[in-house]
Amino acid sequence: MSDTKPITEIEEEIVDEFSLFDSWDEKYEYIIDMGKKLKPLDDVFKKDENKIKGCQSTVWMVSELQGDKVIYKAESDAVIVKGLVSMLIRVLSNHTPQEIIEAKLDFIDRIGMKQHLAQTRSNGLLSMVKQMKLDATVYLAQLSTKN
Amino acid sequence: MIETLEHTTFDVQAIRQQFPVLNRLVKGKPLVYFDNAATAQKPKVVIDALTEYYEKYNANIHRGIHSLAEEATAAYEATRDTVQQFINAQHREEIIFTRGVTESINLVAYTYGRTNLKSGDEVIISGMEHHSNIVPWQLVAEMTGAKLRVIPVDDNGELIMEEFYKLLSEKTKIVSIVHASNSLGTINPVKQIIDAAHKAGAVVLVDGAQSTVHLDIDVQELDCDFFAISSHKVYGPTGIGVLYGKKHLLEAMPPFMGGGEMIKDVSFEKTTWNDLPYKFEAGTPNIADTVALKAAIDFINSIGKTAARKHEDALLQYATAQLETVEGVRLIGRAKHKVSVASFVVEGVHPQDLGILLDNQGVAVRTGHHCTQPLMNRFGIPGTTRASFAMYNTKEEIDVMIAALNKAIRLLR
Repeated sequence: MSDTKPITEIEEEIVDEFSLFDSWDEKYEYIIDMGKKLKPLDDVFKKDENKIKGCQSTVWMVSELQGDKVIYKAESDAVIVKGLVSMLIRVLSNHTPQEIIEAKLDFIDRIGMKQHLAQTRSNGLLSMVKQMKLDATVYLAQLSTKN
Repeated sequence: MIETLEHTTFDVQAIRQQFPVLNRLVKGKPLVYFDNAATAQKPKVVIDALTEYYEKYNANIHRGIHSLAEEATAAYEATRDTVQQFINAQHREEIIFTRGVTESINLVAYTYGRTNLKSGDEVIISGMEHHSNIVPWQLVAEMTGAKLRVIPVDDNGELIMEEFYKLLSEKTKIVSIVHASNSLGTINPVKQIIDAAHKAGAVVLVDGAQSTVHLDIDVQELDCDFFAISSHKVYGPTGIGVLYGKKHLLEAMPPFMGGGEMIKDVSFEKTTWNDLPYKFEAGTPNIADTVALKAAIDFINSIGKTAARKHEDALLQYATAQLETVEGVRLIGRAKHKVSVASFVVEGVHPQDLGILLDNQGVAVRTGHHCTQPLMNRFGIPGTTRASFAMYNTKEEIDVMIAALNKAIRLLR
């Protein structure tokens, strides 16, 4: 019994929020605001093994399994990246590994942020999504061996 | 006289018209391209030279006897002559075509370096080198037991020359130094470095990736032993570069890669090497891009480096003054002599955030460590935002960047 909304529903909410903005700067202002509001990660987690490779900025991400749900926490030294990662956390965190693995995350395209998924060394959103799904895969395997 | 003439005839709008890409919009705004230190845009003559080669005389060079092969060979070798004149090399066979500066440096490291370095020898580089002038020497040092020594950089982003003189000794075998820093723009006193290194008995490689497009290069006057050039930074195609080397050094060096073209005779018992420059050009070379490199150099010559440099220097001065008016901006690299590179950090703002928000306003700058991590560590910063100017840039574009920068900072704070 899940007390959180389905991933697609949260994605829809974000798309709705962004539909209020007409210009690029309003969108980024919103992302920057979300970045600033992201709860800082404890310093103990800010170590190399939690760094996500492929980002120009430094992104630390940790996850844990609580019951059958994955909880993600992250932080970055760049505020736009922090805003993007906070959206990913809002969408994916507190869902089951299976749900996370299956998430299409097309909201990124729909809010006009697809460029951040580009395969360049400077944009790490793709690496973050990959890492989040990889963690979910590991938890899925753990859960299936338990059962 | 020529200088005045060049200056009065420098027409930036006419030059802009020769670069098709400058007409495009980015995110609905006119492109402001300030990432020229990464790669320069291409004039129509270069694009045409590429098309013409493939449409009219594509053929493999040197060995064919048909007309197309002859024409392709003539065009390919004509570029060698043009490069020779461009940098005033004494012999045409001192011009070796490579894939770029990275390959040029690796070629010297793996051939000259590996043959001549032994345990206890030293290679001197500087604290402002691009990774491509650090890593090849680290690799060769590991193979040979040689040691890497580094000339430190001061707060203005200039080499501390007294430290260089202290590092020089009879152990120094190679000095490999960047002519102009890609991250800071600093123009290094390479002539002094070369003279001092020669007195100590070392050879000198100059990394000309950033300098060649801006400065007059005369390898005989510099007396450098090797000089590396990147085509795509001098308005030419990507994938082609040049290694200049003094003839007697190149002749004594073993080949870098084995294959076709670089051999004289092959048998299973013994293979003999071709003469210079072919000894170092194994396999079918990058013919099309080499041919088009000539068009790029002809283009630069038609404008005149002196005139272009005056314009670029004016842009740098203007940009520097304007950047200083932006609250929180700190310029990184305040060397007395600079090519047109303005690198800066904004207090409390990550370069990547700035880069994203500038891009959304049509302004292309480079953010990050610029492949010079040791230099960034020296300044205690993760990276900078770098605006680098070419002959086709304008003061109006700098105004656009400054407005975009102010807006970005407002959004981020």
